[in-house]
Amino acid sequence: MQTNPIYKAAGAKAPAATAAAVPPPSAGAHALTLLGRVWAWLFLVVLVAFFSVTTPHFFDLFNFQAMGANASVMLVLALGQTFVIITGGIDLSVGYVMGLATIIISLVMQSLIGYPFPLVILAGLLSGLSVGLLAGLLNGAIIAKLRVPPFIATLGTLGIAQGIAYVLSGGPPVSIPLPGLGNLGNGYLFYWHAEQGFSLFSMPAGITGKEIRNVHGFIPFQVIYAGLLTLVCAWLLASTRFGRHVYAIGGSAKAALRAGIPVQRNLFKVYVLSSVMASLAGFMYVMRYTGGVANSGDAMMLSSIAAIVIGGASLLGGEGRILGTLVGAMIIAVIQNGLVLLGIDPFWQYAAVGVVIILAVLADQAKFRISR
Amino acid sequence: MSATEHGAPTAGAEGGPLLRCRGIVKRFGGLVAVNGVDLDIPAGEVVALVGDNGAGKSTLVQLISGVFRYDEGSIEVDGEPKVFNTPADARRAGIETIYQDLALCDNLSAADNIFLGREIATRRFGIFPGIDTKTMREKAHAILDDLHIRIPDLNAPVRQLSGGQRQAVAISRAVYWQARLMIMDEPTAALGVPEQRKVLALIRMLKTRRVPVVLISHNMQDVFEVADRIFVMRRGSNVGDFRVSETTPSEVVNLMISG
Repeated sequence: MQTNPIYKAAGAKAPAATAAAVPPPSAGAHALTLLGRVWAWLFLVVLVAFFSVTTPHFFDLFNFQAMGANASVMLVLALGQTFVIITGGIDLSVGYVMGLATIIISLVMQSLIGYPFPLVILAGLLSGLSVGLLAGLLNGAIIAKLRVPPFIATLGTLGIAQGIAYVLSGGPPVSIPLPGLGNLGNGYLFYWHAEQGFSLFSMPAGITGKEIRNVHGFIPFQVIYAGLLTLVCAWLLASTRFGRHVYAIGGSAKAALRAGIPVQRNLFKVYVLSSVMASLAGFMYVMRYTGGVANSGDAMMLSSIAAIVIGGASLLGGEGRILGTLVGAMIIAVIQNGLVLLGIDPFWQYAAVGVVIILAVLADQAKFRISR
Repeated sequence: MSATEHGAPTAGAEGGPLLRCRGIVKRFGGLVAVNGVDLDIPAGEVVALVGDNGAGKSTLVQLISGVFRYDEGSIEVDGEPKVFNTPADARRAGIETIYQDLALCDNLSAADNIFLGREIATRRFGIFPGIDTKTMREKAHAILDDLHIRIPDLNAPVRQLSGGQRQAVAISRAVYWQARLMIMDEPTAALGVPEQRKVLALIRMLKTRRVPVVLISHNMQDVFEVADRIFVMRRGSNVGDFRVSETTPSEVVNLMISG
């Protein structure tokens, strides 16, 4: 390491006065900081342990797979939203952008039935992505260019997407009678049967009737899709210049601008990313339920924000991680599944998730108090 | 591998001033914040910009550092006309600014702040574009070491640092990037005495490297200690431009107040 004479001399004239100002944190404070970071994981472990003891069917590979497949769509919504929340914004439109995407995808695929299967799937995917792109551009333009607060701007987009989705579908679900579509959303990477052995992607041939019950699937496709998207988002947020700028904007948009970061363009990208992820969530929904529903993402919008907050993100911006969002989504999935298995009225899960959100924010505040 | 590899800052071409501002006007609605100011900054000179609150000195430096766009006039760097639409443009021209509020992102680490907006790029596995956090941390460590600044945890968000350490991070950022012109807006206002000495020592060292410094300060003692020239502003206009040796604090203060 070569030293730079000018700075060396500057330092030499004025010895380090700055270092002594902050005493190193005590071991106790350090432990509490660590607890603030990992509490969500500990909470997840406690929940899993609790439900494993109280219900016989919870701690079971196939139940875990079902939980994962059920939570995947919501997780994908939350992944995009994580970026938005780290910039200090919020995207209320994701639920109905997803709903509109499911309707458009379903209508497009319905009209193409008869064409080759991959073509129909590709057309559905592209039509969904274009819905996401358009909604994201709209949000981005209103927020970054016209400087409307994100809450209001995305509320407006929510209404527009909701209106179009209901007009196009007329209200009831739009279903797609396309053989093979359901397997993409409900299938597994491989199957096992006592006599037929393993088979990839679809059930062993020749198994019918009651025998189907004895075939076990492993690794749901939905979990694979969500897993891949999680990896992409984790890389974007943690390891790219774009991700670093997302954190900088959330920390101080003014400082980011002065450091030469194109704040407007990055905000644009963030809202486009959020809407595109919502449309991908819509595509996953269509594959799982072989059709679209206007309000399919309605309830998921709040659970996805809950997952992000439970994962340690701050609604004030600047804090949050993809891994946090993942553990938050897992906590919500475990609560929902566990309560059902316990035989508790499923509507109580809303209340339970609400309690966890409040706990998460309290843990977050404690973490901040300690780290200051 | 340190900041020196960028090469020494150059002096003004053919001995002309490094920065030349002519007839700079900035209006905010009906208010004329800066009214036809001419300012020359030669290489190696420390120019103190003084004036009462609202005299237009902060606005003037923010025009030079690209935060605002001037309505009339011209800015030349090294004899080359420049238009700064954003702070990034000014930074590309070699103008580094240490803002009064430091312009740090409190949620990011010292290393992230030093490289903010100019992250070192890399490719993971030769394919995926990413940022090289390891190199950035090493270089941040080196520059902080050179400045004799000890920061307990380079990965900790800067909100956990003391006022002096935060100031040091802002200064390290400006010196790392080899400023050709350094602007400091009230760099000592929030500091304890030892840290103030350190900032003044840094200004002197920049001067020996012929990097000119524009210093905004309310502290006449600091101004007379390090500046070569004092540029007095009042109500958006320049009302006096002295060599330090040819004036006194009371004369300057009188001009600031009564002009």
